[in-house]
Amino acid sequence: MVSGCAPSAAPQLDDREPQFFTRAEWRFVNAWVDRLIPPDATGPGAIEAGVPGFIDLQLAGPYGAGAYWYMSGPFHPDAPATLGYQHPHTPRALYRQAIAGLDADVRRRHGKAFAALSPDARDAYLKLVEADGVGLEGVSASAFFDLAWRNTREGYFSDPIHGGNRGMAAWRMVGFPGARADFTDWMDKPGAPYPLGPVSIGGRKFG
Amino acid sequence: MSPRPKPVDAVIIGYGWTGAIMAKTLTDAGLSVVALERGPMRDTSPDFSYPQVADELRHGIRGEYWQPLARETVTIRHRLDQEAVPYRQYGSFVLGNGVGGAGTHWNGQQWRASPEDLRFRSHVLERYGAQAIGPDMTIQDYPVTFEELEPHFDHFEKVAGVSGRAGNLRGTLMPGGNPFEGPRSDAFPNPPVADIESSIRFARAARELGYNAFPMPAANASRAYTNPYGVRMGPCNLCGFCERFGCFLYSKASPQTTILPILKHRTNLEVRPNAQVTRILLDSDGKRAVGAAYVDEKGDLIEQRADLVILSAFQMHNVRLLLLSGIGEPYDPATGKGVVGKNYAYQMVSSVSAYFDKDVHLNPFIGAGAGGQQVIDDFNSDHFDHTGLGFIGGSLIFAGATGARPIEQMNLPPDAPRWGAGWKAAAAAHYGHSMSVATMGAVMSYRDAYLDLDPTYRDALGQPLLRMTFNWHENEYRLAAHANAKARSIVEAMKPKSIGVNLIKPGENYDVRRYQSTHTTGGAIMGADPATSVINRYSQSWDVPNLFVMGASAFPQNLGYNPTGLLAGLAYFSAAEIRDRYLKAPGPLVDA
Ligand SMILES: Cc1cc2nc3c(=O)[nH]c(=O)nc-3n(C[C@H](O)[C@H](O)[C@H](O)COP(=O)(O)OP(=O)(O)OC[C@H]3O[C@@H](n4cnc5c(N)ncnc54)[C@H](O)[C@@H]3O)c2cc1C
Ligand code: SF4
Repeated sequence: MVSGCAPSAAPQLDDREPQFFTRAEWRFVNAWVDRLIPPDATGPGAIEAGVPGFIDLQLAGPYGAGAYWYMSGPFHPDAPATLGYQHPHTPRALYRQAIAGLDADVRRRHGKAFAALSPDARDAYLKLVEADGVGLEGVSASAFFDLAWRNTREGYFSDPIHGGNRGMAAWRMVGFPGARADFTDWMDKPGAPYPLGPVSIGGRKFG
Repeated sequence: MSPRPKPVDAVIIGYGWTGAIMAKTLTDAGLSVVALERGPMRDTSPDFSYPQVADELRHGIRGEYWQPLARETVTIRHRLDQEAVPYRQYGSFVLGNGVGGAGTHWNGQQWRASPEDLRFRSHVLERYGAQAIGPDMTIQDYPVTFEELEPHFDHFEKVAGVSGRAGNLRGTLMPGGNPFEGPRSDAFPNPPVADIESSIRFARAARELGYNAFPMPAANASRAYTNPYGVRMGPCNLCGFCERFGCFLYSKASPQTTILPILKHRTNLEVRPNAQVTRILLDSDGKRAVGAAYVDEKGDLIEQRADLVILSAFQMHNVRLLLLSGIGEPYDPATGKGVVGKNYAYQMVSSVSAYFDKDVHLNPFIGAGAGGQQVIDDFNSDHFDHTGLGFIGGSLIFAGATGARPIEQMNLPPDAPRWGAGWKAAAAAHYGHSMSVATMGAVMSYRDAYLDLDPTYRDALGQPLLRMTFNWHENEYRLAAHANAKARSIVEAMKPKSIGVNLIKPGENYDVRRYQSTHTTGGAIMGADPATSVINRYSQSWDVPNLFVMGASAFPQNLGYNPTGLLAGLAYFSAAEIRDRYLKAPGPLVDA
């Protein structure tokens, strides 16, 4: 990095070609999840773990179409939050409309796209959205925040077969052995550190 | 006109735990039986095979074995004056679908009721007087005793290969078991599953405080086992993909691993998957069931005629099908009259987490749905004096791990950042070194907690959804606070680095977003009086005597135990009576 320069704003994108997201949406989502789980010495960031590609695949498939949710109306988004998600948006619609609204909002505030903001400015904006501080036309920004964070954790920690958790690096970071699912050899050793790394459904193995 | 398959002696609606129990008994008795199951056919192989089953996203989160909510759900509201809204995404509870029902993807925590639970109203009146029962509480006695059910509890434990340690064997207290359990006629068929590290720590701390810790009774087999039907189970390896998943090792008891193998080749049984029952058919005066109508895979409406109808579609669906079929008087919360839908109840859970240093290796990914856990029953039912406490009923308090699958079960301290670098650092630091002690408590029944048909929302076939009106009452807040304080004292005795408390506080509403339990009860309750119950002691409908209703819909109020041991006991009790008396002289088994 050239000294004196601000840290490069836009993160390196997930190297896959998105199926659902447009280029602009793809930059937004990469920049968004990059702040939800940033890269550092502790473990992989969301982009390195393949979270954007995971979300893209999920949205392109039945999950994105709302196939797992009851989506008949009438909709009462103003119902008590404790009664659960009541928006009329499928995951696809929620991402598409919220990203358009949020990117436009960021342009109004900062004169550039969300992906072009510095990491600190992106963090501040995420906090604002999380706290329901951004009102968008026809879509709930905080519902988007919640869903994107949920999907980010899914992509980070699910089996690599779904397109995220590349190299099982998130599992290795926390010490989860993945799809090993056999502890016959450790049932009589409670409390002893477990020696083996993760395996994936696809058959990749650490230790 | 819908095609009509050949009439049979009995039709079973829903092929999960209780459907399988009834299919076994009725085909044993020589009846021709058709089982209608709305979901797909499922078996250990290929549906639960390794490694595909070990997929948290697919099964634990998206729930591919569960009822597709897109087609059918329930609506929920907290109060009578609110508009109910649909349960659009899974949270609070999970519903089964397909052969085996929720019985394929349950935990296997296997309990009997305590003797006093079955005569709860009388017991409370005798010990604490009428003032202990709140004016809006509608609790009742079961019309059947512990002694009558005991042989059936025992039989189900043997069928399910339950692993555990007896605490009260024919009246003699046994060291290391549950001293509060009712006298059992026999020990568990299998010894306990090996304890895991978090339960060892919990049990040690509980004993220091003078409580009676013992192994969680588990329908996860601790060793190779052959059940009374000759079906073989394999030893559980604590694989960590248990509840929410099917067992690939034939270790977790499910209809598939304990009963269905012997029914497969019976020529007097036909199982029809992908058959969504929409109505129980009645004769013209509405006093006799003549079969069931269902929609098959192709969307055709088909009528299956039968002399005997078994409704075993899980608690909520039982109530909905009764309402859709116009059987029994729907409950009216304004007048307190009517019975169908009455006394819906749930369970009140809380937890206290312990966060240890990095050198404490809990290996939380090693675990089963039930096996390897430890539990205390000291503060459940009426095992302790409630004088002055301001509530009735109690909670189980238990610890262990069920797999620590990282999407759903990441347990971080309450002060950890919700996202960002701080969240990641907390995940890395605490994943292998945190555990929680859970409490699972009774919920009473109330005048304003009930089920009916929703006026607005419909399922994929255009039928009204079930509507749930439910919220916590004073008794639950107090009961949870009491159990949580006990759990906290145990966690403190474990000397962790820090503690996190999860407790529903007075005034907080039922939150459907968070998984609590699938122990939903009531709505078609059993009792001694047709004016206040839907079914008699043999689970027989008061209104339509050739209809029997199985499952937790029978519970007049909920317990601090998981429901399956009790509902399976009630099913076997009913099955024996059908076999020995009803089939010889069909008609009411109890005079109204
Ligand atoms: C994640 C989870 C964990 C659990 N853990 C425990 C535990 O540890 N201990 C415990 O005691 N209990 C536990 N339970 C509850 C336990 O699974 C149920 O109590 C038990 O399965 C109830 O048996 P049942 O026969 O009433 O219903 P089920 O076993 O669910 O069977 C009902 C069947 O009816 C079918 N059906 C529904 N509607 C229709 C219709 N209209 N037409 C045709 N078929 C229909 C369903 O598809 C289903 O297959 C758990 C449940 C879940 C989901
Ligand atoms: S934990 Fe045991 S019983 Fe449960 S699914 Fe795994 S092997 Fe089967």
